[in-house]
Amino acid sequence: MSVLSVKDLHVSVETEQGTKQILKGVNLEIKQGETHAIMGPNGSGKSTLAYTIAGHPKYHVESGSITLDGVEVLDMSIDERARAGLFLAMQYPVEIPGVKVADFLRTAKTALAGEAPALRPWIKEVNGAMKALRMDKAFSDRNVNEGFSGGEKKRNEILQLELLKPGFAILDETDSGLDVDALKIVSEGVNRAQEATGLGLLLITHYTRILRYIKPDFVHVFVDGRVAEQGGPELADRLENEGYDRFLTDTSVA
Amino acid sequence: MTVVTPEQHGLTAHSDGGWDASEKGFVPVQTRSARPQSFEHTDFAPVNGLEAEWKLTPVKLIKPLLDDALDGAPYAIDTEAPEGISVEWVARDDSRIASAGAPEERASANAWTNFEQALAITITGEEHSTVRISRAELGSTARAGHIVITARPHSNGTVIVESTGSALLSENVEVVVEEGATLNFVSVQDWADDAIHLASHFVQVGRSATLKHTIVSLGGKVVRVNPSVHLSGEGADGELYGLYFADAGQHLEQRVYLHHEAAQTRGRVSYKGALQGTGARTVWVGDVLIGPHAAGTDSYEQNRNLVLTEGTRADSIPNLEIETGDIQGAGHASATGRFDDEQLFYLQARGISESEARRLVVIGFLSEIVQKVGDEQLEARLHTAIEAELEGTIS
Ligand SMILES: Nc1ncnc2c1ncn2[C@@H]1O[C@H](COP(=O)(O)OP(=O)(O)O)[C@@H](O)[C@H]1O
Ligand SMILES: [Mg+2]
Repeated sequence: MSVLSVKDLHVSVETEQGTKQILKGVNLEIKQGETHAIMGPNGSGKSTLAYTIAGHPKYHVESGSITLDGVEVLDMSIDERARAGLFLAMQYPVEIPGVKVADFLRTAKTALAGEAPALRPWIKEVNGAMKALRMDKAFSDRNVNEGFSGGEKKRNEILQLELLKPGFAILDETDSGLDVDALKIVSEGVNRAQEATGLGLLLITHYTRILRYIKPDFVHVFVDGRVAEQGGPELADRLENEGYDRFLTDTSVA
Repeated sequence: MTVVTPEQHGLTAHSDGGWDASEKGFVPVQTRSARPQSFEHTDFAPVNGLEAEWKLTPVKLIKPLLDDALDGAPYAIDTEAPEGISVEWVARDDSRIASAGAPEERASANAWTNFEQALAITITGEEHSTVRISRAELGSTARAGHIVITARPHSNGTVIVESTGSALLSENVEVVVEEGATLNFVSVQDWADDAIHLASHFVQVGRSATLKHTIVSLGGKVVRVNPSVHLSGEGADGELYGLYFADAGQHLEQRVYLHHEAAQTRGRVSYKGALQGTGARTVWVGDVLIGPHAAGTDSYEQNRNLVLTEGTRADSIPNLEIETGDIQGAGHASATGRFDDEQLFYLQARGISESEARRLVVIGFLSEIVQKVGDEQLEARLHTAIEAELEGTIS
């Protein structure tokens, strides 16, 4: 069984004011097919964790490790990580002017599979996935994320999740900025992907509402760069009622 | 519309700004429309390279075009004119000539003084048709050229002029888009490595007429194409696009002037360039003038340059002059930079290698202009040309 494991991860970024420590010893283990929710206040380092796993050059790993089935992910380039089966649905997907969605998807699929997918079945698969996500066909002719609304960008991320079939996916606030209908559509897409491929999920969110549609097996409360508490789905219910105050007070006392 | 006839020799200037250096502490301001104009070579002083007009250009390399007598005879072209468009060589006294503007600098005036016949392209058909003109055999003789494109009222056409091979050419291109006409004009400079080409485009867009004007400069040692576009009729619409890719040792320059002269005109200027290799050099100057009668103007201009390697230089100078308060909107943007790390990260996070990601980003960046060209055959050819420019150079 496939396992993504984060051990005692310390991460910093360079800022104008100097080096800033963001992650201060993160431990996590996600097995294939599991869904882990990471919940925490803004600024606690959730995106930093996501970007660090994906290999964003801005984040410096001071110590610790990230392994995928025992292999050190930190030694891999960004694209090697993707080819090893890691996927990050970004909180703020960037626009790529002049690159059409259809061309981008095919290039990514080709890069991941090592060969170009057969054209007919591929187009059928893309169209099917777009339809399921209620995306207009015209999207494939548009430039990646250019002029997309917030909700369209998120759908486009989940479209890639369904088509590229990673082993582990990190969804960074995929729920933020979505209305209820869009949230359902996107959640269904994530659930479909998980059923189809046995995907391991790291679901980063600020709010509990997405957890109504995507059921977590584990919930981790993330505060000030580390996991402050973990438990089962019931922990999310508690956060829903109590908010993060309890944890914030804890850390300020500590 | 300001019409200057060839009889008006000598330097003429219609000025509302003007020079007045005698006043103490006064900084000379010259509004863009007040530049001296003349059809006579000798009316312009020899160029020393310090002039605002020339200081960014390698004047040593273009000396013959500035100073020498030029061969103004017709040259070989390859074309097939469809129904609704005529292509012919015409004499200097043809009525279509000198209807769009007059030279504002010495190389342009030298071409005007020396050309013997003009290549006249006239669009009359109301059904859209396309004419492709290619010229490939200009050779190393110092030449003067003249092209005059006339889109008759309510006509609709695409004119594509493609240049390849060697050249030492100074030319003027006149474009008149008459009332209600729609013209798509594309000038592709894909010259050989040793070519030197200076061009001034004088463009008048009439009442309710629509112009799309695209400059693509890929090949040549020195290529300087300066379009001056006057939205001179009410409701005129002008979209000016440019695409350039400078390699090591290439100088690609474009000085764009968009003049909102009449009311309710709309103008868009978008030029994008890529630079790679030591000594790759580009210049973009974008002057937009919204005149006193241009109420309701809607204008936007931008230039973006993507720097692919060390050792390049891109100048990007936007200018906006507004002489009426009653406009809908006007803006400009200019940016020169390296790859956007976030774009590369996004692509790489999908498994795409760094080199492939860079290739996609550059092609995508330039494709924005290619997508505007509006001719499938040419778009495909430009994609191939851009791929070729990138071949093996991005690592
Ligand atoms: N590139 C960066 N430069 C400077 N500070 C950063 C950068 N990235 C994140 N930070 C800071 O690190 C902290 C954690 O940010 P982030 O990981 O985005 O938190 P979250 O996703 O939980 O809201 C914040 O204080 C944020 O301002
Ligand atoms: Mg975040």
